[in-house]
Amino acid sequence: MPTYNLKINGQRKQVEVDADTPLLWVLRDHLDLVGTKFGCGIAQCGACTVHVDGKATRSCSTPVSSLEDKEVVTIEGLSENGDHPVQKAWIEHDVPQCGYCQAGQIMNAAALLAENPNPDDQDIDTAMNGNICRCGTYIRIKAAIKTAASYQK
Amino acid sequence: MLGFSWLASCKPEQVADVPLEWFDINAFLKIADNGQVTIMSPNPEIGQNVKTSMPMIVAEELDVSWDQVKVKQAGLDTGIYTRQLAGGSQSIRQGWESLRMAGATARRMLMEAAAKQWGVPVDEVRTDSGKIIHGDKELGYGQVASAAAGIPVPEEVELKDPKDFKIIGTPTKNVDGKKIAKGKPLFGLDTKREGMLIAMIEHPPAFGMKLKSLDAAEARSMPGIRDVFSFITVPEGKEKQRFDTNNAFNELVAVVGTSTWQVMKAKKALKVEWEQETPLESTSDHINALNDLVNKKSDEPSRKDGNPESAFRNAAQVIERSYSAPFLAHNTLEPMNFFADVKDDHAELIGPIQTPEFMSKTASQVLEMPEDKISVMMTRMGGGFGRRLYGHFGIEAAVISRKVGAPVKLVYTREDDMTQGTYRPAYKVTYRAALDKDNNLVGFHVRGAGVDGSPVFANRFPAGTVKNYLAEEHTLESNISTGAWRAPRSNFIAGAEQSFLDEVAEAAGKDPIDFRLELFEKAINDPVGEENDYEAARYAGVLKLVREKSNWGQETPGVYRGVSAYFCHNSYVAQVVDVVMENNQPKVQKVTCAVDCGIVVNPEAAINMIEGGTIDGIGHAMYSAMTFKDGKPDQNNFNNYRLIRHQESPAEIEVYFVDNGIDPTGLGEPPLPPAIGALANALYKATGKRLYDQPFEGQALDLG
Repeated sequence: MPTYNLKINGQRKQVEVDADTPLLWVLRDHLDLVGTKFGCGIAQCGACTVHVDGKATRSCSTPVSSLEDKEVVTIEGLSENGDHPVQKAWIEHDVPQCGYCQAGQIMNAAALLAENPNPDDQDIDTAMNGNICRCGTYIRIKAAIKTAASYQK
Repeated sequence: MLGFSWLASCKPEQVADVPLEWFDINAFLKIADNGQVTIMSPNPEIGQNVKTSMPMIVAEELDVSWDQVKVKQAGLDTGIYTRQLAGGSQSIRQGWESLRMAGATARRMLMEAAAKQWGVPVDEVRTDSGKIIHGDKELGYGQVASAAAGIPVPEEVELKDPKDFKIIGTPTKNVDGKKIAKGKPLFGLDTKREGMLIAMIEHPPAFGMKLKSLDAAEARSMPGIRDVFSFITVPEGKEKQRFDTNNAFNELVAVVGTSTWQVMKAKKALKVEWEQETPLESTSDHINALNDLVNKKSDEPSRKDGNPESAFRNAAQVIERSYSAPFLAHNTLEPMNFFADVKDDHAELIGPIQTPEFMSKTASQVLEMPEDKISVMMTRMGGGFGRRLYGHFGIEAAVISRKVGAPVKLVYTREDDMTQGTYRPAYKVTYRAALDKDNNLVGFHVRGAGVDGSPVFANRFPAGTVKNYLAEEHTLESNISTGAWRAPRSNFIAGAEQSFLDEVAEAAGKDPIDFRLELFEKAINDPVGEENDYEAARYAGVLKLVREKSNWGQETPGVYRGVSAYFCHNSYVAQVVDVVMENNQPKVQKVTCAVDCGIVVNPEAAINMIEGGTIDGIGHAMYSAMTFKDGKPDQNNFNNYRLIRHQESPAEIEVYFVDNGIDPTGLGEPPLPPAIGALANALYKATGKRLYDQPFEGQALDLG
């Protein structure tokens, strides 16, 4: 099996896995980073969202072989103490019900705000549409993103 | 020799936070010498917030401040807890009394311990936020916890007057909220143990098929694969629990290996032959069969009042409409999974399960091991919605673990999960209403049919409000397995009934709220029959509240409104949906909800739950369906099964509670059913078209 040198949450990691192994399973099975969730496996639900070079990326459909020299950030590495503006806003709005999709929602929202610090409703809807919340916390997610935007100012 | 104290490495303020000793006061709580309190949360957490709200009830009667409290999830322990089950929206309602008693008896024991220490009568001491007080003397709970643990448990204690509640009724944040935001391991799928293998299953591709033969050679030789085999989950002759019989696929193929991706690849390489066992059903068969049933008279009506035949014969106007809805998958975002470590003399089961007690009993049967050798630990669940009442996946994990002799985490792919069954059944119902020449409702007839059971609740509204009433029910047998899906039966019948009543009100020339209130007025003053499963005054109460809060009757150009109300799981919910047209397509802009669920324990979570239930109802009615061709599901993942997404969500949901001080009733399910009726009624106002068949998408959008 080939060896891959990855940079995850600022740390160098080496894994020995098949070339087609999705980043999701490298994180969950080999690096014990289980905050990134498995929902569909075909990039349709967004539960597995991480940042690759700052862009929101579906880790379930990103083969490990495509990641050499890229910076991967997962929910565990979004902030050291869980105090990224998006995480703070999530707690402030008490967003989660079951909570399973929220790591993916948070990562997608953080990438949105990095690109667009002042998103309007339409921007949020468009950017977040790939992230399903089965419990239906969409209204709180939108409110939390607006609060996070205000924290960033 | 120099000793090392790890406490010395902590900052002083942290030292104060570190308890040296804990004292078990009762099964629900323990208190540390420094006054910290740990409250056990006995029920499975599926996102309904019980892990926060149930301990809040204990903390209230214990009389501590919430920031002194740490919450821990309890595992299954039938010796000390009752009803460790998430279902029927009953956790708070049925736990209310025992949770209050747990807190109140502990408080009393602490008071007695302090009174003894002071040498004063116990009725002279009082408590305040974790302190016992007598005159100017004070003791923290931590200071008497040791003594309190030895005091006999009082049999009778005084509970607080609800007007003195400080924690109950205060918006309180999810105890797992920070962990969720940081991506900490909380869910079943996050379970990991030394030497743990990953297992996946392959089930038949169609309902009505079973395993014929397995050629495991290629899959078994693939990298990282330990074993490939077929197995029976619950063998013939074993006693089954209530939710075990819904499983369509008892014989499965297992693939076991060291990593998820390798197992997924080997699963794809399986060579399995399946064979037909029972008829292969298609959606067209179900539609035809349900149509036939709603056209068939029942020999034994489930309720008959007055003389419906004559009422309809003599009516000035008869309105007849039929409604249908498809099968739905639960689609919890965390797919089915379970951890099992089965040894010769004991078994450990960990994972997402709404019915841990049933799982323990079935595992005991299947593993031929006494229940006290089996431990079941519930993890936080990535959604439940009823799906995890059916714990076959835990038994599957146990059987696989026993076979391979190692700890195993069984993981379903989304495709395995969505095509496994246990669906919300497909339904059809026909309503008829008879109006007299003065537009009074003088006859009502409902005839419903559904897979594995009818959706009709014969004794619910409008039963009791109409002199001549007839309810008939039919069941369609199917090999497509069905199960409880958030607000079973109500999740269909409420939308149908409330759409129909909207149409009847229109035919009668009456405002839809006034029309319903007239009926409730009748049920209050002069009810028909005695077995009416609702309180008309509370039903009317939520309608009046939603009328006021939504400014019903006040027309806003471009906003189209529909109203609905429903009673289920002991609670009453009325909703007004506001639809606007955007780019010639209807969009739900706002929903106003009025809810009577008695005392609201945690308003923050309750509002979240009502928002979610409302969106869940709107989403599924609008977009979702499971359909079948020759027994095979047409949908298997989120590229072909539609769930409501951000862009389609209502922009705003307002929630108002009826403040009546009644003991709490259900909330996880009641907000969902009426949302569908209010949506359909608003879409009618927006588009001019009545919608009878779910999902509405397509039909509603064609109209523009």
